[in-house]
Amino acid sequence: MITVEQRTEFRKHFRYNVGRRLVLDKIVKGAVFVCVLVAIVPLIAILVNVFSNGASALSWEFLTQVPGAVGSDDPGGIGPAIQGTLVLIGLSSLIGVPVGVMGGIFLSEYGNNRYGRTVRFFNDVLAEFPTIVIGVFTFVLIVLTFGDFSVWAGSFALSIIMLPIIMRTTEESLKLVPVTYREAGYALGIRRWKVVFTIVLSSARSGLVTGILLSVARIAGETAPLVFTILGSSQFIQDFSGPVDALPLRIWRLSSLPYDSAVAQGWGGAFILIIIVLSINIGVRYLFLQKKGQTLLKFRKLGSV
Amino acid sequence: MISVKMKKGSSITDKIFKYVAIGAATYVLVIIAMIVINLTTGSAQIWQQEGISFLTGSDWNSVEGRESYGAAPYIMGTLVNAGIAMAISVPLSFGIAMFLSELAPKLLRTPLAMVIELLAAVPSVVYGLWGLLVFRTYIQNWIEVPLHNLFGDQSIIFAGTPFGLDIFTASVVLAIMIVPTIASISKEIMLAVPNSQREAAYMLGATKWEVFRIAVLPYSKSGLIGATILGLGRAVGETMAVTMLIGNATGAAAFPSSLFAPGQTLASIMANEFAEASQGGLHLAALIGVGLILFMMAFAINVVAHLLVSKVVKSHEGAVLA
Amino acid sequence: MMETMTKVPLKDNSTEDIKYKLIAENISASYDGIVTVKNVSMKFRDRAVTALIGPSGCGKTTFLRCLNRMHELTKNATLTGKVLLDGEDLYSNKVDPIINRRKIGMVFQKPNPFPTMSIYDNVACGLKLNGVKDKKIIDEVVEGCLKMASLWNEVKNDLKKPGMSLSGGQQQRLCIARALAIQPEVLLMDEPASALDPIATQKIEEMIQELKKEYTIIIVTHNMQQATRVSDYTGFMYLGDLVEFGETKQIFENPRNEITAKYVQGQFG
Repeated sequence: MITVEQRTEFRKHFRYNVGRRLVLDKIVKGAVFVCVLVAIVPLIAILVNVFSNGASALSWEFLTQVPGAVGSDDPGGIGPAIQGTLVLIGLSSLIGVPVGVMGGIFLSEYGNNRYGRTVRFFNDVLAEFPTIVIGVFTFVLIVLTFGDFSVWAGSFALSIIMLPIIMRTTEESLKLVPVTYREAGYALGIRRWKVVFTIVLSSARSGLVTGILLSVARIAGETAPLVFTILGSSQFIQDFSGPVDALPLRIWRLSSLPYDSAVAQGWGGAFILIIIVLSINIGVRYLFLQKKGQTLLKFRKLGSV
Repeated sequence: MISVKMKKGSSITDKIFKYVAIGAATYVLVIIAMIVINLTTGSAQIWQQEGISFLTGSDWNSVEGRESYGAAPYIMGTLVNAGIAMAISVPLSFGIAMFLSELAPKLLRTPLAMVIELLAAVPSVVYGLWGLLVFRTYIQNWIEVPLHNLFGDQSIIFAGTPFGLDIFTASVVLAIMIVPTIASISKEIMLAVPNSQREAAYMLGATKWEVFRIAVLPYSKSGLIGATILGLGRAVGETMAVTMLIGNATGAAAFPSSLFAPGQTLASIMANEFAEASQGGLHLAALIGVGLILFMMAFAINVVAHLLVSKVVKSHEGAVLA
Repeated sequence: MMETMTKVPLKDNSTEDIKYKLIAENISASYDGIVTVKNVSMKFRDRAVTALIGPSGCGKTTFLRCLNRMHELTKNATLTGKVLLDGEDLYSNKVDPIINRRKIGMVFQKPNPFPTMSIYDNVACGLKLNGVKDKKIIDEVVEGCLKMASLWNEVKNDLKKPGMSLSGGQQQRLCIARALAIQPEVLLMDEPASALDPIATQKIEEMIQELKKEYTIIIVTHNMQQATRVSDYTGFMYLGDLVEFGETKQIFENPRNEITAKYVQGQFG
């Protein structure tokens, strides 16, 4: 027990230093505030620059025409790049979405074991791979084998980037569906696959859509893997086995050209790309995520990756 | 989780369904294995030619007949570039995370968090474009030239003519890019610290900062380390913005010596030189070999990060990440 | 089992010379726009246990959190009124809340030891925070406080072990030791035994009797038996109002208010 005398003795040792501690507190708060400013200013500057420089480049011709000859008076447009990006998104979704959703179903419905944990772990690691490595891999696997850069190669590379995002968001949204829903299905004698496809998937619909859209936003802006797989082109797609253009690739090429018109077009391309990416991200957040507060975290993490 | 066992007479469709799901999951492992195999076979030629000196050498010559490749400068360049970027972005990110989780008034918190998350979604090539066309001028005129004039060529780290396309610019833009990632993950980790922990510290008479130091920081430490390593993994593998800004030096010249000298990273040498390499040649094999090195680095970093993160998830329920 | 415990009588029972340690005047509090405490005034006697009872949602916890300026940390919280500690207003603009919080220790509903710290550090961290550097003094205080929280015998050989390795009841007593270490003058307890089993509860109640000899203790509880066992004064709150306040015996045996009577007879709550 502490006696009253002891307590008085103890109190003597307290040097509350309140003044100094409050000053330190203020300094830390100030430093934190400076951090926020320092980080936010360039980030806002990027958005402002892209919007102000990009908007002036926009026109119907810009969006639909093929690029003009380098350095000529007619800069042309970025039509093939937009077309290429849309086609690439479509084709890579054809592989990425079904495989990703099925993989997510495995993780959620059958993945509570060693194998499931292994897959989940490597899936997370794959989600963070440098995308240029995936580009080089696809180059060796497809481009070298078939002898040409192609829409197929680009789509395959992008599908690998989509896959882990969709798989993980699918798993997370399926896990949110209460077990009782499934049990209700089994109680009615419905087969397991039917329970998953009808009851579980439809309950988790908005989460699934969210994951898919966020993965689309992600691949829309990927450049590095495309350098190795589609090469770039100034024509609309003639043949899926040949080179194709894409928006981020075109922005990169334009940025390295020493002409003002090219730079202006680069800003224009960046503007469109950012509109696509941000509208998907904002739209998804408002449409789906507000309902599912708890899962927001995981979607955010993977989606904004 | 799902403890419902399959019934005895589970139909053939159920079995097919299960195997299709297993197949889809296995696809991930197959892809990773194929990445290793393809990068190894694709770069076999260079390893045969150069052996270990591909890792340690610094020659980079693609002129036929005098071909010689060593990736050491790019390995160093990658580490230095990512290191500087981390040194800038980690304190900033933790500051932002702390602001969002501990200090920001509610009115500011949601929009600011949203802006930061959206910025994490901005494509790399856009950061690169902005860095090249806008930021470069500012960094050159406001930071590099004054520092260079102040310290001159005698100082090692500020030597060289500041041109704006160098290791410094690339690192700063890289830092700007990874701030949103590290900040938003760290914020979630800090928010996952239960309020009862903060209250306990407040009860002892702690200031906001002391509450953070006593209650929040120890609780979220391993998660924050995980977030940092994830950021490092991204910094190491980041390609486009770095390629556009780092100045594209090759060979021994690419060894990072001065902040204001052009450099090269593993990722940027691949993006820069890929178009010049002819199929089947040694140059191409060298670039694929560079890809293999980058893969190994990123793989190791991410495995460590995820192991740390999964430890957080296990030890404190609720502190979830990715 | 519980009946074996004897309540420590108040030292000076002559009502002439009562010292009030803490006085709450006209406290109204709300959060998220919901008013949970309506104009409550209460006086807390020095070296006595005052219990706050009432059905859940009646505002007793919010009121308790107003007493050491913890309520304002809640999101969207508002508060009006005065709290006087030894005659000084806690809410005066001149005093930073951190100065007064350390004079008023608090024990929370759920045990919340710092999970990364050892048992020793959990108790010692408040001392280090307040500038105690002498290792010998820290050792003494840690031992003394763990004894006061009747935890010492159970943990004296495991002081280096993490606080989370203890059982729920031990964790709660560790939290009490942590609160005592900063040598507060008032101890606020928010349903300290609600998450504990009967034996752990009894230990805590016995400890409260011990602590009463030196502290002003205010305890929120939904357990009426507990209130009769440990407290000298009781305040009954209902829907944010203080319905009745008086000596515990009177409140439970001879309530003046009809609602109080119904509540203590267990007719609602």
